[in-house]
Amino acid sequence: MMENVVIRTVSRLAVPFIQIFALYVIVHGASGAGGGFQGGVVFAASFILMIIAFGMANVRRRIDNRGIMWLSVIGISIYAGIGFLALLMAGNFLEYAAIEAALGIPHLHGILIDLVEAGIGIAVMAAMVSIIYDIAGNGEESS
Amino acid sequence: MKTKALIAVLFIGIILFWAVEDMPAFGDPDAPATQYTGQLYVDSVLPDIGIDNIVTAILASYRGFDTLGEVVVIFTAGISVALLLRRGGRL
Repeated sequence: MMENVVIRTVSRLAVPFIQIFALYVIVHGASGAGGGFQGGVVFAASFILMIIAFGMANVRRRIDNRGIMWLSVIGISIYAGIGFLALLMAGNFLEYAAIEAALGIPHLHGILIDLVEAGIGIAVMAAMVSIIYDIAGNGEESS
Repeated sequence: MKTKALIAVLFIGIILFWAVEDMPAFGDPDAPATQYTGQLYVDSVLPDIGIDNIVTAILASYRGFDTLGEVVVIFTAGISVALLLRRGGRL
């Protein structure tokens, strides 16, 4: 697979567009069709394409298992952190209206939803890539 | 055994196609699915939250705790696959 120049060239062209589309789907979640789950899975699909085209070792060199696990934890922490931020602002858990009322910034509710969607996207992308690493790696030692 | 299975499949299929007759037409505004809480959300999402996408508003704001649980479920799936299949290295 590694010596097939057509697959490598097309993947090299396609991967950035897939990733930009994934970021668009995540960011567009509050105002149109989209959201963190869908965008995260599209982002993970770009990693699958990279693994098919360039091999597992090359992709693992860019981000290894520990980095992927940290990304997954960071995504959930963004979500839960915004929930606890609402607790600090004397609201209920994940009550964005309390944060908006405490800070006094207009439209903060939608911005917080966008941040939460970004957290969901990071967590879903990292979990999917971690599963791909573990299933598709054909027995080599993972770093 | 195969004939029995075929008869069962045909029987259930005929019942399902029979039930399709009673379903509301596609896009019918008087369908039961658009009557009760759906209209409530359509009316209250924009003044409550201020974003356009009703699905995202329900998913991330009204049902935010549920969605946090869903993300934790996916995270748990990743952890489980790592614990079962990963060889060598640390988590």
